[in-house]
Amino acid sequence: MIKPNLAVDVAGIRMKNPVTTASGTFGFGFEYAPFVDLNRLGAIVVKGTTLLPRRGNPPPRIVETPAGILNAIGLQNPGVDYFIEVALPYLRQFDLPVIVNIAGDTVEDYAALAARLDGVPGVAGLEVNISCPNVKKGGLAFGADPDSAAAVVRVVKGATRLPVVVKLSPNVTSIVRLAEAVVEAGADALSMINTLLGMAIDIRRRRPALANVMGGLSGPAIKPVAVRAVWQVYQALKVPIVGMGGIVTAEDALEFIMAGATAVAVGTANFINPRATMDIIDGIEKFLVEERVSDIQELIGAAHM
Amino acid sequence: MVADIPAGVVQQEQVGPGQYRLTLYAPVIASLAVPGQFVYIRCTDGLDPLLRRPLSIHGVNRERGELFLLYQVVGRGTALLAARRRGERLGVMGPLGRGFTLPEPGRRVILVGGGIGVAPLVFLGQELVHRNNQVCLLVGVRSADQLPVGKKGYTVPFDFAVATDDGSCGHHGSVTDLLEKVLAGEGVDMVYACGPRGMLRQTASLLARYNVPGEFSLEERMGCGVGACLSCVCKTAGKGGEPSQYRRVCVEGPVFPAEQLVWD
Ligand SMILES: Cc1cc2nc3c(=O)[nH]c(=O)nc-3n(C[C@H](O)[C@H](O)[C@H](O)COP(=O)(O)OP(=O)(O)OC[C@H]3O[C@@H](n4cnc5c(N)ncnc54)[C@H](O)[C@@H]3O)c2cc1C
Ligand SMILES: Cc1cc2nc3c(=O)[nH]c(=O)nc-3n(C[C@H](O)[C@H](O)[C@H](O)COP(=O)(O)O)c2cc1C
Ligand code: FES
Repeated sequence: MIKPNLAVDVAGIRMKNPVTTASGTFGFGFEYAPFVDLNRLGAIVVKGTTLLPRRGNPPPRIVETPAGILNAIGLQNPGVDYFIEVALPYLRQFDLPVIVNIAGDTVEDYAALAARLDGVPGVAGLEVNISCPNVKKGGLAFGADPDSAAAVVRVVKGATRLPVVVKLSPNVTSIVRLAEAVVEAGADALSMINTLLGMAIDIRRRRPALANVMGGLSGPAIKPVAVRAVWQVYQALKVPIVGMGGIVTAEDALEFIMAGATAVAVGTANFINPRATMDIIDGIEKFLVEERVSDIQELIGAAHM
Repeated sequence: MVADIPAGVVQQEQVGPGQYRLTLYAPVIASLAVPGQFVYIRCTDGLDPLLRRPLSIHGVNRERGELFLLYQVVGRGTALLAARRRGERLGVMGPLGRGFTLPEPGRRVILVGGGIGVAPLVFLGQELVHRNNQVCLLVGVRSADQLPVGKKGYTVPFDFAVATDDGSCGHHGSVTDLLEKVLAGEGVDMVYACGPRGMLRQTASLLARYNVPGEFSLEERMGCGVGACLSCVCKTAGKGGEPSQYRRVCVEGPVFPAEQLVWD
């Protein structure tokens, strides 16, 4: 059998396979370069970037839970100028669409970030993070309310010609309502899910295990919630979806694709296996060959009746 | 260069209560490792516990391609690790992080280890002796049976002195008492330390008082081990009046100059 086609298109971002990285779990790419061939990734989504450098939350910032981790990084990052001047030139060496995850405290911050990144060579798209549970201002404050979420998307769309992917939070009553609001406001694609708000207690110290008290749950523990979210939104809307949440193996990734995701992002699994993205790409290809599927497109949403 | 390889267990040996010395066949890591670096190791093939565990490099035998780890069982990951036997293979990433900076030959160097914190210092001490430095290791443990060095099979090629909390061996008291005596005496060029936070904090204030430079190996909870997730940060002083900042233990550390650390 000839090699199956793995290429997908997410709102104009052309990926040679459906596998990308989840923001915040893959740095700016070079951290994982000793282990993976960056040219083989479908795309890279880089660490959440803000207008000015951010210090982040005090440690401990991470704690392990059954089949998952809780993190409260608090968006520590060196700021958008560092990203453009230092990280992006490195990433431009590779044949790799770069998607920049952006976060702000105010609607104006998002607009300014979008404008700053517009037309910068090497940036293929923006992922708008309105769903971070670990920062006081911004983050989830926008992502939990359809009107505020739509307002952020409108200013971002007004400030850039880049494809705009909006990252949704599962910490809401109806993720479909949020999805509808941001698509109505102009979102070209959706990514889901961000982490679930959670907490753990250190019983010896009788204190919360994270310095920030609460954090975001990720890893295999959240996969069923994420697959459900992708399924519901795919059923309700015609918009490309980047699915993520607990993907560790190619089988996990294929579940998201069959639920309706055009592409998938690998997050926490990178920490366990630095080659997780490569193994997942290989595994998806092997599955297509075994199942005699010539094009990955055939599987997108395939589980829907 | 960094590798992620399945390393074979050569030997798993219990050396104290809950303390183990693990020998792995990992020639690439053994050939690259310098004192102070660590490995990020999968204790199980399954997904529970999910994350790898960071362990300092306790020594290498480059000819035989072997890597030594010394660890204390504290929870589920290290308990699973202790159950691994000869012939099994574990995922090992390394060598990771920045190691100790080594002084010129001929210097007088003091190593200060609290409990299992001696793990990276033994490798460092061997390297320092090899480079013709004068080395003395000060070890602090709760009780004599927890002493990882100095017993049968655990000889080290340099001087050492012991402090125990219960007085069962050596000085009755803390290892920083021993350090203070040494610092108050003849010239010490450099101090390297690894151990509990409280011990490091006290060591830092002694070094400041006696105006002796030092380097500490720190621990923080890790996610990726390679600098990508920003989980493992510690607070460091800003340069020239700038505010303090968080730096990653896994790539900017685990070894930091003592005077750069903020202890609040
Ligand atoms: C750079 C570095 C080098 C280290 N070197 C050694 C060594 O040579 N020998 C040794 O015995 N121990 C060492 N440690 C500490 C060791 O990593 C922990 O004791 C171990 O991870 C505990 O895992 P557990 O599953 O048994 O405990 P659990 O309490 O079940 O672990 C739960 C979580 O907490 C983390 N954790 C717990 N304690 C620590 C700690 N002290 N530091 C960092 N993370 C922790 C674990 O990685 C895990 O994610 C080192 C830590 C770091 C950061
Ligand atoms: C340590 C860590 C940092 C993260 N940082 C960000 C971030 O900066 N921006 C963002 O949109 N999502 C961030 N996330 C969420 C992930 O991108 C992803 O949505 C989530 O972890 C679920 O996927 P996973 O279960 O595969 O990890 C972070 C997650 C982790 C674990
Ligand atoms: S453990 Fe991920 S940055 Fe250090």
